[in-house]
Amino acid sequence: MARAAIQRRLNWHLAEVLDVVRETPRASSVVLDIPDWPGHLAGQHVDVRLTAEDGYQAQRSYSISSAPDEPRVTITVERLEDGEVSPYLTDELRTGDRLELRGPIGRWFVWDEEDGGPLLLIAGGSGVCPLMAMLRQRAANASRVPARLLYSARDLGAVIFRSELERLGTGGGLEVSLTLTREPSPDWTGYGRRVDAEMLADVAWPPERMAVTYVCGPTPFVETVAESLVALGQDAGRIRTERFGPTGG
Amino acid sequence: MDETGLRLDGNACGGLLQEVFVDDLTAATGACASCGAVGEIGRQHLYDFPDGPGAVLRCSACESVLIVIVRIGGGHRLSTPGLAWMDLRQHA
Repeated sequence: MARAAIQRRLNWHLAEVLDVVRETPRASSVVLDIPDWPGHLAGQHVDVRLTAEDGYQAQRSYSISSAPDEPRVTITVERLEDGEVSPYLTDELRTGDRLELRGPIGRWFVWDEEDGGPLLLIAGGSGVCPLMAMLRQRAANASRVPARLLYSARDLGAVIFRSELERLGTGGGLEVSLTLTREPSPDWTGYGRRVDAEMLADVAWPPERMAVTYVCGPTPFVETVAESLVALGQDAGRIRTERFGPTGG
Repeated sequence: MDETGLRLDGNACGGLLQEVFVDDLTAATGACASCGAVGEIGRQHLYDFPDGPGAVLRCSACESVLIVIVRIGGGHRLSTPGLAWMDLRQHA
């Protein structure tokens, strides 16, 4: 899709919830039918707005996890226990409900095949969501751009899209590396610690490959990863970040 | 927690910027008037608390304030105290 084709005034729309799919105990995917949706780019987000009966409004941003070519738009949301919006989306929302949103938003944290590769994707927690849109698009297009995903989660049960990632990671030029930060079981063969410089040196493409890199997750995670990658010789200008911040939700 | 823990990317204020400018600006390039650094708006540091009064975009190199958008009276007040220029060609 030509990027210029999706430029237009950003208006609020009432989307219809087609399905709510539980991904992990804390994360759900919300499948939406959005009137007049112009199409999106992998990595873009939507703003969701909830309005209480007394008029109070709360607005948050959520990444689109579906590929641009899929017929329906999906956002994947992780519940924050003290959040104002996310608990409603993950636990209260039902098929047939209406949800007010606007988008797609953002033309900087986006990837499509013409942006090239090799691709390095690094996710902390639900930071995997916009990166999943990129991987789904890459798979849908049978892209030959080599890709690596490093995904940090608390434990195996918190890994969003786990079975799909296993499938996408068998052949097809995508290597998926998981790291679990909370005492993995003895038979776990992946990484078992927070992402650090040594792990990034293992996973990252050599600097001379000029990888296109996307990092998404909580703010401290993103900053640690981005600083380490630059220290390892990666070009800062080819690293794009999306920080969640601590409050969100 | 110091303020850097609250930091977001300019990309996250794409929706707010579109309220003001209609076009997406996150891929547009700007220059910091303080240190001269040039980079995409989406790459700068954003401070925008949920349901807060507005957003502050700071230079990712020197943390000078580039753009402030305050939500006010059904509209916005925009100031660009530290933005030397912005180049909109790349996303035209």
